[in-house]
Amino acid sequence: MTWPLHYNTLVVLLGTSLLGASAGLVGSFAVLRRQALIGDALAHAALPGLCAAFLLAGGRSMPAMLAGALATGLLGIVLISGLRRWTRIKEDAAIGIVLSVLFGAGIVLSSWIQNHTTTGSKAGLDSYILGKTAGMLREDVYWLAGLGAGCVLVMTVLYKEFKLVAFDAGFAAVQGWPAVALDLLLMALVAVTVVLGLPAAGVVLMAALLILPAAAARFWTQRLGHMVLLSGLFGAAIGSIGSLLSAGYSGMPAGPIIVLVGSVLFFFSVLFAPKRGAVARWLNHVNFRRTIAEQRLLLAMYELVEPQLPKGREITIHALQTRRAWRASQLEGLLRLASRKGWIERLGTDRVQLTQTGFREAIEVTRTARLWRQLLAEQSEAAGSLADLDALSIYERLPPGMLESLEVSLRAQGNWPLLEQEATS
Amino acid sequence: MIWTIAVGAVANAACALLGCYLVLRRMSLLGDAISHAVLPGIALAFLASGSVSVPWMLLGAMVVGVFTALVTQLLHTLGRVPEDTSLGVVFTSLFAVGVILITRAAADVDLDPQCVLYGLLDFVSIHTIPILGWEVPRAMLPLGGALLITTAFVSVFWKELKIVSFDPALATAMGISAVLFHYLLMTMVAGITVVSFEAVGSILVVAMLIVPPATAHLLTDRLGWMMVLAVLAGVSAAVLGCVAARYFETSAAGMMAVMAGLQFSLAVIFAPRHGLITKMWHQAALATRIVGEDIIALLYRHEELAAQALPAPEENLTLAACVRAVHGGWVAWWTVPYLRRRGELEFGPGWTLRLTGRGRDLARSLIRSHRLWEAFLGENFQLPLDHLHASAERVEHFIGPHLQAEIAAELHRPAVDPHGREIPGEPAENPAKSSG
Repeated sequence: MTWPLHYNTLVVLLGTSLLGASAGLVGSFAVLRRQALIGDALAHAALPGLCAAFLLAGGRSMPAMLAGALATGLLGIVLISGLRRWTRIKEDAAIGIVLSVLFGAGIVLSSWIQNHTTTGSKAGLDSYILGKTAGMLREDVYWLAGLGAGCVLVMTVLYKEFKLVAFDAGFAAVQGWPAVALDLLLMALVAVTVVLGLPAAGVVLMAALLILPAAAARFWTQRLGHMVLLSGLFGAAIGSIGSLLSAGYSGMPAGPIIVLVGSVLFFFSVLFAPKRGAVARWLNHVNFRRTIAEQRLLLAMYELVEPQLPKGREITIHALQTRRAWRASQLEGLLRLASRKGWIERLGTDRVQLTQTGFREAIEVTRTARLWRQLLAEQSEAAGSLADLDALSIYERLPPGMLESLEVSLRAQGNWPLLEQEATS
Repeated sequence: MIWTIAVGAVANAACALLGCYLVLRRMSLLGDAISHAVLPGIALAFLASGSVSVPWMLLGAMVVGVFTALVTQLLHTLGRVPEDTSLGVVFTSLFAVGVILITRAAADVDLDPQCVLYGLLDFVSIHTIPILGWEVPRAMLPLGGALLITTAFVSVFWKELKIVSFDPALATAMGISAVLFHYLLMTMVAGITVVSFEAVGSILVVAMLIVPPATAHLLTDRLGWMMVLAVLAGVSAAVLGCVAARYFETSAAGMMAVMAGLQFSLAVIFAPRHGLITKMWHQAALATRIVGEDIIALLYRHEELAAQALPAPEENLTLAACVRAVHGGWVAWWTVPYLRRRGELEFGPGWTLRLTGRGRDLARSLIRSHRLWEAFLGENFQLPLDHLHASAERVEHFIGPHLQAEIAAELHRPAVDPHGREIPGEPAENPAKSSG
């Protein structure tokens, strides 16, 4: 495996990085609006325009072909919207129909060109599917640099408007923003990116470039601005790493390798991103379950100890087990945990005793549980909106006035757990 | 030539049968994804078996097909990735893997990546097998088998597939596993994709899977008919496509997609119930009726006010003034002549409009509906007075005699509306044809 870092490779590197960055920027809004596959549709719909432009221009003229691709690409988008709005055809079928029919038309034109002209080289139009970054020229990089700059410019200037239209189009329209025009502008940006990327990345893989960086970035942040920037960065990284790898392994089309790099990044994000990643969520879940189990233990222990107060704080393990129907091994694990936290002392094999710390903890937990129960008993309608299983502290969820009145009710019933100092006073 | 058409037709028919379920269940893009994603399955099969052998490829494709559906679902439920994103990620990644494998495999095995992607319908007659004295293309065998299996699948599981497609929750509650049938369907789609790729390549299978069923969907509301029409549409697209491709000397697969698309466009425009033309006709008819009724009601109100010697909002009742008053617009061009022909309107001096006896009867009924509705709203919703007219203005056109009688009975036959205006009496049993 050789790593020639000469001029050509640098050109390709720069070009794919810029393409990746643009695709990442522009794709982030599409992905957020659940229009991830619009890039795929655009890429397929652009083929007939490419071929038609080739025929009309009489040869491989980049500007003409780009214009043609853009024209049919946007036509495809308009057709999809029209089908969705005016017929009973649903969105997914509309995308599939427009995509495949226009692509078929493109194949027809492409095949016709191959059979009837001498100028239509097989390789030129076939690289459309698979991409051929090795054929990237300096001019192409200039185009891509221009595209990248243009994308960044439009995004920066219209950031707030795009944000509004992406998240609440109805509100935007009511506020007087031209929601439809902004929508079309966003689509146009996507279309331009797709069309410029086609010679390099190919059809299906251009669609991937629009989705992967944005989808990956989504897992690392909750803020739109950060996500868009991160998406652009990821796109650039994917593009450059992919094309470097592809240059190393000659004979491999760069498009698929770039996509695979992107997939690896995506799956890594899905699994390992700090808060939204699967692993993080699973750990959170495990943690949560453990906290709940600890609380149930403390509750059970307090209930057993309550009748004996204030003298004894001893509990038999057998009593605990019957109290809550734990399995022996489960209970043993919980007790070990409680012991590590200093909540209990072991007294032989069948008894434990609450320490002062443990007692205080148990009181806290019991108070919270009884407050919730009292709330449900007194105000069952309101409880539905207030109760939040994730918020372990009731003191954060309920207003102080409500807390006080609940406490008063519990004290009156004699159900309010008291610390020793309070009990003896 | 005949065999080319036959191969195309059989492939189209099988795809159309399965595609109906995809379209109805809004899974068209899953079909698209699977048809792209089977590429690595095919490639793996090549690398594993070292030959272009159909059973191996079928196996590889089906495994990958189910894998695609599974991973997409998993990403969505466990990874919390939105559905379309997970679909896009999975199938583009698999396609990328497939392209890489195919490019590698092409070096080792006699396989042209182009044919996998575009199909070789044009060359299908080259390899033939003699059957019953005919030279049948080799490609016909798996395709014919696939069509038979698909037809059998659809027939045997007709009821189950139907209920699973339209109400999966009910199906599961009844003991029919919606999940099982979902994956079964995906496996069939993957299988049909791989069998069809020889005809049209993996990229245009989507067209065969979705476009004819969508065309059928526009033409009928019954599943059975939809399947029949889809197969017909698919077969005709195949025939027309192959013929046109031969004539223009271009790709047959592409032409089939284009023909399917043209059929679809015709259906979109001309379908008897769901087509654009029918819809526009209905809308025009409705607009005509509404504008006509508005004009008649306007004239009646004028007469009412004149009878009470009260001033009216409109100066005169010329044609232009009336049309403007009811915001008739260009619909009025044919509405007024239409009303004249029906004998409900006539022209007075100076292009003013006048009600005839028939027109007056119709107007009475309309105004009765309007004011009864206002009374109903006022009675039951306690709306302020100025909120009643707008609603009644809209609803009056849709209250027929039956509903009118019901509302009147409900309100105990009121004599006046909330504004204090008289509600015209019930239409007489045998209305005498009074002259204007």
